[in-house]
Parts: sequence; C-alpha cells; structure tokens
Amino acid sequence: MTTIALQMPTAMRRKEATDEPAWVRRTLIGVALAFLTLFLFVPLISVFYEALKKGVDVYLAAIMEPDAMHAIQLTLTAAAIAVPLNLVFGLAAAWAIAKFEFWGKNLLTTLIDLPFSVSPVVSGLIYVLIFGLQGWLGPWLAENDLKIIFAVPGIVLATIFVTVPFIARELIPLMQAQGTEEEEAAVVLGANGWQIFFRVTLPNVKWGLLYGTILCNARAMGEFGAVSVVSGHIRGSTNTLPLHVEILYNEYNFAAAFAVASLLALLALVTLALKTFVESKTRQSGGECQ
Amino acid sequence: MSTFKQHSVLPGFNLALGFTLLYLSLIVLIPLSAAFIRTSALTWPEFWTVVTTPRVVASYRLTFGASFAAALVNAVFGLLVAWVLVRYRFPGKKLVDALVDLPFALPTAVAGIALTALYAGNGWIGQFFEPFGIRIAFTPIGIFIALTFIGLPFVVRTVQPVLEDLESELEEAAATLGANRLQTFARVIFPTLFPALLTGFALAFARAIGEYGSVIFIAGNMPMVSEITPLLIITKLEQYDYAGATALAVVMLVISFMMLLIINLLQWWSRRRSASA
Repeated sequence: MTTIALQMPTAMRRKEATDEPAWVRRTLIGVALAFLTLFLFVPLISVFYEALKKGVDVYLAAIMEPDAMHAIQLTLTAAAIAVPLNLVFGLAAAWAIAKFEFWGKNLLTTLIDLPFSVSPVVSGLIYVLIFGLQGWLGPWLAENDLKIIFAVPGIVLATIFVTVPFIARELIPLMQAQGTEEEEAAVVLGANGWQIFFRVTLPNVKWGLLYGTILCNARAMGEFGAVSVVSGHIRGSTNTLPLHVEILYNEYNFAAAFAVASLLALLALVTLALKTFVESKTRQSGGECQ
Repeated sequence: MSTFKQHSVLPGFNLALGFTLLYLSLIVLIPLSAAFIRTSALTWPEFWTVVTTPRVVASYRLTFGASFAAALVNAVFGLLVAWVLVRYRFPGKKLVDALVDLPFALPTAVAGIALTALYAGNGWIGQFFEPFGIRIAFTPIGIFIALTFIGLPFVVRTVQPVLEDLESELEEAAATLGANRLQTFARVIFPTLFPALLTGFALAFARAIGEYGSVIFIAGNMPMVSEITPLLIITKLEQYDYAGATALAVVMLVISFMMLLIINLLQWWSRRRSASA
C-alpha cells in the first residue's frame, strides 16, 4: 500500500521546502496504517469472522431465535422513543442558545454536555436511586403496581439520558454560525414563529440535524453500561441487543453472541457510511454559501 | 428580565428555553442530584471509609493508570493518524478517514467481545504472545487495549481540524529562515497543535475513566487486580449495597465534573491559540 503513495502525480505535490522526504512520508503512513489495522480493522473483521465461523445456518438460527428477535424489537423501541425526544430537545435548546443572548448561556451549554462525561454505569445508577425499590419513588411505584427499574421504562430513560447531547451539540454551533439575519428578515415579511422555524431555520440546519440524529441513534441502539444497570437482564423481556450479546457470551455461546454482535457492527458501518455521506453534503452546501 | 436577556425580534425564546430547562432538569439534573443527596445519608467518616477501602483504591489505581496509558498512546498515534490524513495522499484514504470513527459507532459490548476473542491465548493476536508467557486478555493489559480502542477517535478528531487550518505560510517562513522539517515541526507546528492535542488527550482520558462495556469482557474482573471502578459500582449494587455504590458513583461524578471543567478550559485555550496564530 505504501509504495503506491509515491506514484502520485507531480502536480499534486507541494513544494520541497515544506515537504518531508519520501522515506519519512512512507514510514509515517505505514506506521499509522499498521496501528489502525491492528486496533480498528482487525477487531471489526473478527466480529464477522467469528459470527460466520460455524456456518450461515448457525448464524441465522442465532438471529431468528425468539429471544434475539425480542431483543431487536426492544432496542428498536427504545431508540424510537429516545431519538425523537432528544431531537425535539436539541431543536429547542439550539433555538434558545443560538438565536438569543441571555445570562448563563455558557453554563447551559456545558450542562447539556454533562451526560457525555458521566460514566454509563453511574447514568444507570441514578435512575435506580429514584425509581428502584430502595429509591425515592420506589415505595409509591410499588403501591401502584408500576415498574420502571428492571422494566422497559427504565431502559428507555437510561437510553434518553446517555443520548441527550448528541443532536443539541450538532445544532448549536451550526445555528450560531448561521446567525439570525434570515429569521429576522422573515419576521419583517410577516412570518409567525412556526413559519420561520419550519421554512427558514429547519431547511438551513437539515444536514446538521440528520448528522446528529444518526449519531444519536447509533448510541441509543448500542448503549450497554447504563441500560445494563436498569435492565435486570430478563431474557425475552428486558434484554436489548447489546445485553443479549453479553448473555450469550457469558453462556459460552460464542457463535450466537458474535452473530447478534454482527448486527450491531453492521449498524455501526451503516452509521459511518451515512455520516460520511452527510459530511460530504454539508461540505458541498457550505461551498455554495461562500 | 431586561438584564437576563438581550432584546430580540425573534419569537419563541420562552417556550424554547422553558422546554430545554424542564427536559434537562427531569432527565439529567434531578437524577444526578439524587446521587449526591442519597450519599448525604452517610456521615463524612462513613463515606471516607467506603471510598478508601483497599479494594476500591486498587480499582482507582487500575482505572486511572490504564486510562492514562491508553490516552497517552492515543495522543501519540492520534497525532500521527491526523497528520497522515491531513498531509498525505494514499489509496483508501477516504475509507480510513471514515473508519477512524468506528469506536464511536460500534457498541461497546461488541468491541469488548471482539477484542477479547482477538487477545485471548488462542486468539488471532493473543497466540503470538502466549509462547512468551505474556497474557493480554483477562489482565490489566487487556483493559489498556480496550481503552485505547474506545479513545482512539478523540485525539484524531480534535487535532485534525486544527492541522487543516494551519497556514502553510508559517511553515514556508520557517523553511526560508533555514529551519529543517524537524525544527519546523517541533518549533512551529507542534506548539500550535499542542492545545488541541491536550484537549484530545483529556477527552480520551475522561471517556476511558467511565468506560464499562468494552472493558468488562476483556478485564477478567479479579478484585485487587483487574477490577475497574465502574464494575465495582455494579458489584455493590448487585449486593444491594446502595450506600456503597452511590458513594463510589459520587467519587466518579466529582472526577467527571473536574474533567469537564478542565476540558472546557483546554478548548477555550485551544480556540484562543488558533485564533491568534
């Protein structure tokens, strides 16, 4: 791979003075690619290799099994609730922070990022402290026969918590960079708030919104630590896909564990492909603006 | 009110801010405060005893040690990867650039079992170390490997944009003044990149401290040897030791907040540095 790097057209090459010698270039590219191969590509490939090692039949059986299907369903449900809620939150937060000047704005922006810096295990624990049997609302919930911890609502809550910042943090800098002129022009032309939002602001941020949503969804479907604390690991009931991987793995059912894991790895690859596509789109539309 | 918010002709401020604050309070702030309030049930000496038992201290040492080592490796190789991606052309560059974010997109449990399979004694990579008596999976080295994997994109993605914006005039000027490439890198390029590099290091370190999913499979989870602090929280929780689990969670939260503060300061420094450069 490294030898081809030398054959680039001469027109592409920068001036000698700010260019490294060819052997330095080749070595740096070689070391970087070796590192990435060892730490990224090999683990990724190994997931699919281990999944298919015992044949396609074993692979399909592991995925079609009822507990696995239920886990897929629960993972999709949790993401289908968490992502839209965080999308509305992201839009509201970005509208307030990017379009207005108010006291405490920097603090609010930092608070939105908070879930990123909290350990997933702690994210799950705090909901146990509120809704668990020993928690603040535990006795009341038990009296009314409501279950949040070790049940689906807890899983949804933990998923929402860990994915709160994703969409907001994409939209805030984007909407700040776009300023308020277009919206102000719309006000002058007599548009009301929702018209401004849907016809001016939303079209301007659509790629950033999509970008944040893709990342938010990937994390929502893949979250392990926080969901693990609140789930109770009940097979076929409160097991998401990542938790199902863990159960199969701990039962030494490696082929099935990797088969289910390969679905999540596919999700990761689709996420990266979409992300790259959106990045190229934003680069294009950014070029048009200038 | 007039001092709280500057006047604007745009509508929707109260609705947007109100919803933001309500949502953030219900989902994030009130639950987080629960950890602190619940810990106050313990007296200070009780709290201190819980968070400084030998097994807990061993878990801090492991968590911070492995996270620091992993973040350091990521700083070195992240800088190298960012440099190669920005400065050189090679086949498959776009694919490599896209795949750098894999650790962000791949669920941690998947990363955990994949790395364990690779580094186990009979795994693709582990088999080369086994004859020398070096075990990677189920030891602290395995934890370091997992944390390196999940921290990898942070340094690359913080250094990359700064490197892209670096003006070539500076390097040309250095060359004109007789500096060789190494001198130019050490005295011109590296100082400009340094705040971003440090930010990336801090982000990778902060993420590694709290990491759970990718670590527990490869760690072996032996008390005093390969047990990370987040796992200890889960262990205490499974033993219905809520006070103990919450006390440890508070320690981790305080550390997270401190890291968040440091990262914000670093980012501010980084922005100022690149603005003045």
